[in-house]
Parts: sequence; structure tokens; C-alpha cells
Amino acid sequence: MNITAIRAIYRYEMMRFFRTLLQSFLSPVISTSLYFVVFGAAIGSRIQEVEGVSYGAFIVPGLVMLSVITQSISNASFAIYFPKFIGTTYEILSAPVSFLEIVTGYVGAAATKALFIGLVILATSTLFVDISVAHPVAMIAFLLLTCLSFSLMGFIIGIWAKNFEQLQLVPLLIVTPLVFLGGSFYSVNMLPPVWQTIALFNPVLYLISGFRWAFFGLADVPVGMSLFAIAVFTGVCMGVIWWIFRTGWRLRV
Amino acid sequence: MSAILSIHDLKKSYASGQVALKGVTLEIERGEIIALLGPNGAGKTTLISIVCGIVNASSGSVTVDGFDIQRDYRAARKLIGLVPQEVALEPFEKVWNTVRLSRGLFGKQRDDALLERILRRLSLWDKRDARINELSGGMKRRVLIAKALSHEPRVLFLDEPTAGVDVELRKDMWDIVAELRAEGVTIILTTHYIEEAEAIADRVGVIARGEILLVEEKAALMERMGRKHIVLQLAEAVEGVPPALAHHRLEPGADGHSLVYTYDARGPRTGLTQLLNDLAASGLRLKDVQTRQSSLEEIFVDLVREKAE
Repeated sequence: MNITAIRAIYRYEMMRFFRTLLQSFLSPVISTSLYFVVFGAAIGSRIQEVEGVSYGAFIVPGLVMLSVITQSISNASFAIYFPKFIGTTYEILSAPVSFLEIVTGYVGAAATKALFIGLVILATSTLFVDISVAHPVAMIAFLLLTCLSFSLMGFIIGIWAKNFEQLQLVPLLIVTPLVFLGGSFYSVNMLPPVWQTIALFNPVLYLISGFRWAFFGLADVPVGMSLFAIAVFTGVCMGVIWWIFRTGWRLRV
Repeated sequence: MSAILSIHDLKKSYASGQVALKGVTLEIERGEIIALLGPNGAGKTTLISIVCGIVNASSGSVTVDGFDIQRDYRAARKLIGLVPQEVALEPFEKVWNTVRLSRGLFGKQRDDALLERILRRLSLWDKRDARINELSGGMKRRVLIAKALSHEPRVLFLDEPTAGVDVELRKDMWDIVAELRAEGVTIILTTHYIEEAEAIADRVGVIARGEILLVEEKAALMERMGRKHIVLQLAEAVEGVPPALAHHRLEPGADGHSLVYTYDARGPRTGLTQLLNDLAASGLRLKDVQTRQSSLEEIFVDLVREKAE
């Protein structure tokens, strides 16, 4: 195991983050505040409570997930797409590192950034609503697993993308809708029965549900199912990445 | 000396159907400097890229100091440094950070003193905190070299290192090559500048259309392949080749006052004695005699042409 290389990649990627720390910090704070104003104040005044939790507090896990998922994907996809775009992948490919080490470095850094932003949003939300965390360990675990699995997915997107448009395509066309339809701002039980069934095919639902359970002890789907869904998703992403490096798909001609 | 790099029957066809390498076999000795000479599209970069792990070979094998580049990729790649042809650097990163990343990627422990020596050697020390996009083209190339040297490779690939580079950097590069060679580093450089191969290489491999046409000691190659020219400067002007000398391979010189005799220095009979005898008998008076040997450039053009025919 080339630990030095993992550390080198991780450090290098994190430096990019610290270079733009203020932007990284400000944009989630502002967007979270906006969500609270729009969803919390405007809609929340009409919906008093969801399953015994005030609406403002109810949307916090969903908001955190929304940002964490989009941040994980954009961080990781950009981290590998940009070197591909400017041609610096030559060095990673010619270095004595295994795919696991490359992925650990890049995905680890992307997940760390996403985690940081998730925590910032959580902190920001306490300015607007009172929240208590019923299962703190589970909360952190869900957060970590989400950062990790979606960073893995982002890494795949970054390798797959042939141009900047494609880089934006998946997050925009697939991920954002999935997050919104995954119960970020409502309980799935509030949907008509048909849509409830359809929603069960949305993997993001399991994440948000599990995460919300960690806060309030209530979930749309059983917690075990949530964990299982994340595990399967992470496994699939790892499998795809393993295949990419084995065949060199879009990396090594 | 034992081979540090063994390439056996290496073939590469790209998905587009383009055949880049048609079975290259090459042994490179420890500590030598070999120049791979060939026109654009000859397969030089593909060859290097396969050895370095950037391109997958279609078939064949490569070992670096006995380590197979597939099975023992870690051990093999640790030995290799690559200065790519294209300048590929992250524009917003600082020089120091990018060089440090390279060392880390190759699993080497942090060694700031070594990196400082390398940067100083490449006149980059003052620029260590500059961002890449603030550097000139030549400086960026120096950064690429610094990155490759940062992990102390035993085999260094220089892919067209001096293409579009100013005289100063070219000279610097050659000095560095000489220093590395003194440390026992094996250097493989590709170039289509023949002077470069001529100036620094021990051996020259000629590659064209995905095949190695020949690999020779530079001096032997020059000698073996070398055609010599004798320019006979005459006291009087001549119009064309005088009839008395017509059976010799003579051409009139451009200035109207000379004749050029071309012969193969490696042949058993050069025809020189007969020519000089006939010249004396013809009554032409010689003013001066010059000899000229083919440059590698001419040899190379001949080789490629021969192969094509």
C-alpha cells in the first residue's frame, strides 16, 4: 500500500479546497439560509408539523443531504475530470499506485469537503430552528456514508464525462431530481399511494430517511433498509471504478 | 552491462484501427543514453507511454530492471520518470506543491532539501511560490522536468524535451542529462531533432511507422551508414562534368568551380584513386579539396526512404 501517495493526493486536493475556503464556506451558508426563508418561513407557516416535528426542523436533514450529495458529486467529478481535461492524468497513471489508492486519495478529499459543508449547513440551520439529534453516532455515520458513496459516484462521472456539459448533466438531470423527490422537504407518506410506491425506487429516499431517523427517530423506510441501500450503492460504485481501472476505460487508451 | 529495459515484440493498435507499434523489440542498457529518432507519428510517444503505464499495449511484454510493467507495476514504475511532450500542469497550482505531489505519488518520503536542489538546478527556486499559469512556456517545461526528477528515477524518459524550447533551456537540459548519466541514470529521449541525438546519445534507434528500423552506436551508425562527399575545388570554371571524368559519380558544384564526388565510406572500393588519376590526366588543376560526412539527418532520411521502397 502506497500510503505516501494517498496522503499526497489527499493533501493536494484539500489544498485546492482551502484556496477557495471562503467561497466553499459562504455559498452553502447562503443557500441554506435561502432554503429556510423560502421553505421554512413561506411553506412552513402553512404546514405546522410533519409527524410531530416542526416543519423547519423536519427539512434540516433533507437540506444537509441535498448539499452533501451535490457537493460530493461535484467535488469528486471535478477532481478527476480537470486533470483529464488538462492532461495531468499522465502522472497519476504512471505512478506506482493502485486504483484503490487513487480513489482513496481523490474520493477521500471530495468526501471530506462535502462533510465539512454538511456540518456547516447543520450549524447554520441551528440559527433558524431548534434541532436535537436522537442518534448522533448514526447521524455522523449516515453523513459519512453519503459523502463517501456520492463522491464515488462523482468520481465515475468525472471519468465518464467527455466535456464540461456532460460533467454537469448527471448532477443536473438525475441527482437533483432524485434528491428533491427523495423526501428532502416532505415525508413520503404525504404523497399519493402510487407515488409512494414509485418513490421507493429512488435510492436517495433511503439516505434521507435514514438520516432523518438519526435526528428525530422517525423514518419513511426501516433504518436497516437504509443502511443496506447505501451499502449496495457504495459497492456498485466501487465495482464500476475497479472495472474502469482494470480496463482503463476513458483513462488509459 | 545488463539491460535495464527490455521491450519484447510490443504491439499497439488503437481502437480507431490505427496501428501505432508493429512489434517493437528493444534492449536498453543500464546507464546509457539512447535517442529514439523518428518523424511525427512514428510511434515514439506510444512506445514511451506503454512503458510508463499510460497506454495499454495490445500485446508483447516490457520489463524494467526485471520487473514486468503489468505484474510488478509498482516496482517497475517506481524506477521510471517521465517528462512528457505536452506541457500538462495544473494552472492554478504553485510550483512547489506540484513538485511535492510528484514525489509523494511515487511513494517517496518528503525531502525538501532534495526538491530545493532540483528546483535550484532548474533555475526554478525563485519561482517556487509562483502559480503555474504565471510561468513562461520554458519555465513550465522546467517544472515538468523537476516533477520527473523529484522522485529520483533510475530510468528517465524525455519525450521530445527540446521541442520549441529556447537555446538556454536546451543547453541546461543537456547538462542535466550529462549529470544524471554520471549518476548512472538511464536516459531514453525521443526527438526528431537529429542534432540532439547526435549531441548527447550513446546509441540511436531509428523508428518509423511503428517499427524500429535499426539501433546502433551513434558513432558506428554514422560510420556504417555514412556517405562521404569530396568537394574538388578547381582552378578554372567547368561546365558540367568534363567528358574525361563522366564515368565517375560526379556532380557539378553549385558555384561552377567545383565537382562533388559522393562515395560510400564503408564500401570496399571507394574509387578515389582512379578518380584522382583521371583528374590528373584530364589536365584540370585542383585548388582545394574538402570532405564532408553525412549528418544523421541525411542518414535518417535515407533509411526511411529505403524502408519505404
